[in-house]
Amino acid sequence: MGRKKREDSPSKGEGKPGEEVPKVPIFIMGKMYEVPASLTIQKAFEYAGYQLIRGCGCRGGICGACGTVYRFPDSQKIEVGLACQTVVQPNMYLTMIPFFPANRAIYDLEKIRPDLESLMKLYPDVMRCVQCNTCTKACPMDIEVMDYMAAAMRGDLVKVAELSFDCVMCGLCASRCPVEIAQYHIAILARRLYGKYILPKSEHTDAMVKRIEEGTYESKVEGLMKTDEDQLKKLYNEREIEPERAGEDWTPKDSQYL
Amino acid sequence: MSGYPPELKRLLKKVEETRPARVERKKRGEEFPVLSLQEREERLKFHPDYKGESRREIRVGPNKGYAISPEIVDLLEAKSRVDPDQIDLSEIEYETDVLIIGGGGAGTAAALLAQEQGTKVIIATKLRHGDANTMMAEGGIQAATKGDKDSPYYHYLDVMGGGHFKNTPELVRTLVIEAPKVIAWLESMGMMYGKTEDGTMRTLHGGGTCRQRMHYAADITGAEIMRTLRDEARSRIEDIKVLEFSAAVELILNEHGHCAGAVFYNMETEEYFNVKAKAVILATGGSGRLHIQGFMTTNHYGATGDGLILGYRAGVKLSFLHTVQYHPTGVVFPEQAEGLLITEKFRGAGANVLNVDGEQFVNEREPRDVESASVIRECTDVGKGVPTPTGKLGVWLDSPMIDMLRGEGTVQKEFPGKHILFRRYEIDISKEPMLIYPTLHYQNGGLEFNPEGETVIPGLIVAGEVTGGVHGENRLMGNSLLDVCVFGRIAGRTAAAYAKERAKEGRLSLEHVKKYHGELEEAGIVTDRVAPMLLPDYGNPEVRERQLTAHYVGTIR
Repeated sequence: MGRKKREDSPSKGEGKPGEEVPKVPIFIMGKMYEVPASLTIQKAFEYAGYQLIRGCGCRGGICGACGTVYRFPDSQKIEVGLACQTVVQPNMYLTMIPFFPANRAIYDLEKIRPDLESLMKLYPDVMRCVQCNTCTKACPMDIEVMDYMAAAMRGDLVKVAELSFDCVMCGLCASRCPVEIAQYHIAILARRLYGKYILPKSEHTDAMVKRIEEGTYESKVEGLMKTDEDQLKKLYNEREIEPERAGEDWTPKDSQYL
Repeated sequence: MSGYPPELKRLLKKVEETRPARVERKKRGEEFPVLSLQEREERLKFHPDYKGESRREIRVGPNKGYAISPEIVDLLEAKSRVDPDQIDLSEIEYETDVLIIGGGGAGTAAALLAQEQGTKVIIATKLRHGDANTMMAEGGIQAATKGDKDSPYYHYLDVMGGGHFKNTPELVRTLVIEAPKVIAWLESMGMMYGKTEDGTMRTLHGGGTCRQRMHYAADITGAEIMRTLRDEARSRIEDIKVLEFSAAVELILNEHGHCAGAVFYNMETEEYFNVKAKAVILATGGSGRLHIQGFMTTNHYGATGDGLILGYRAGVKLSFLHTVQYHPTGVVFPEQAEGLLITEKFRGAGANVLNVDGEQFVNEREPRDVESASVIRECTDVGKGVPTPTGKLGVWLDSPMIDMLRGEGTVQKEFPGKHILFRRYEIDISKEPMLIYPTLHYQNGGLEFNPEGETVIPGLIVAGEVTGGVHGENRLMGNSLLDVCVFGRIAGRTAAAYAKERAKEGRLSLEHVKKYHGELEEAGIVTDRVAPMLLPDYGNPEVRERQLTAHYVGTIR
């Protein structure tokens, strides 16, 4: 590169000033840039001079905006990571895949059942899976994608939901699938069916909603709204704290405001 | 990157030495004493809000004279990104009943409710649908759903206490009364709550709660809520249209002074275009990316306070913006993860907060402002912070205690997000503690509104982090996911009703922007700065200097 560059991270409030960090060459879409070795791929883009619009969201590994594929000159292996979570390595050839086309079914959760038939009707592709494991290898969240696809083909929605729970919907699985399935869309359908129909319903929540609708707490809360600050502070200080290790059967001494 | 370096490993030993006794105390129910309200006040002197020069008066607009963070004042005292005379308001790109600015939790909840009332909806968002702080919220969502031990009465008390008793009572009332309905609503859409075999919701404490009412989905509660809401909205594509990479730069009013749309900027093609609507919902979220006082932040890339600017220019007052929330536990090591949120749920599950000697100095479940102030005090005045390899200070968050208290494997099962994150840096948080320091987290205040979501401008409805009043001067954990759902739903209903019954057709106008520019001039404010900011600038300044033919307006070309 030849030109003198700032040594610190460009990220205000996120980097550290001053300290010498060795530089490494990386290849952003084939073009070489020298960047400090401590940076994540995302910060390396910014260091190189990009203002990210695509490929940057939460910067914390959960939103799925910055799925990235890379490989090294001496390797046949395609590697994956989230740009915001992956530290640069010398000679990585990389590109972000911030978007990959994938069709999503339209459904009304109220009108479908939590079974294989629903999955197959909405996503007939599910049965095309050849269990090649490319999706699992492409997952930056280390999800066993192929295993949940196998579960989906069996109609085992519980397994699909559990295995896919950490999915950030970045779409890298779909980008690599040889039979062109959009696995992550199938996964969220399965999770929502599981959450709605298979997980047992919370009865205490329904009971509380009913009591609220009956107006049980209106006067109690309105009483507090009319209470002056000193009295409110007193009530606050005196409120009974549920012990951290209390079981579900714990009840407070004072039940008049329940 | 491989685990803690030797000097930190050495300091870790002290944590390990004190751990068995701390775990035993916890098992006996013995907790580090909580501070009284008076002691809290003393402690808060170490909070960044209380530092001199942390606030500056706004010189223009409806809150002239109100002192808030200078980083926000700078934006309020900036000019529009566009010359209002250059915008041709007769050219309308899209027209709809309800326009929602912001595609996070509040905006998406609003869209669903507005659609259910039979209106056509457009969600416009400057990045992707779901790119929002909601996605990043981890620990949980509060609601008094367990009637045998809890009720909205206690939730109300907790919210007020956390907010220094300054919150707007009517808003708090709505928050706590609507809370259980939101939990049921999300359950009906298939959210994967943590539950026991009989369907009982698993609940934990948060800082400043008197009952365990934090419902959660592992340690990615916000992501689970966001992807559920978004998936539902995507199934209603006939009525809910989503414009991504479209940033609102001004609200459009009409000749009656009602809100009637917005001017947008296509982040990719750099075009401006207009959307006309019968009602507008501002749900643009927070402002952590302004890096107030130079703090690192847990916030989303797009959290630049845009809605504050748009609403303020149009005449909506600000409230409770004089306090800013610093989350007590942001990652301070490893450097690559700096600023990232470590959910309060770790402390709810029993992890102690420890100084360099491995000793407790604060109860781990104080309200966030008190907890943050205590950590800062320990690292500054007390001088017992843990030095990091990059010359920063932090304190330990002793996550391995959780496995000892709740059984082997709990950390991995209940905190998969953070477990994976640290594993990438070869730190097993079920065996080793995390190093943390307060990080800029939440915009406690914002645009003034009423429990129906309405502002002083007819047709302009607001919801979520862009608003002020619900949380007073300090929000409690688990109340922001709740806030976006409660007030997002209300905003959707209110906007739909307004669009159907009260909206009045009229000539479109950006006169308010011209008037605001006039006020800036009168106040003698000379600036090249434009707002809203849209995105933070993390570009390499040396490269920027050489981008000779690029013209930047703010951070965006």
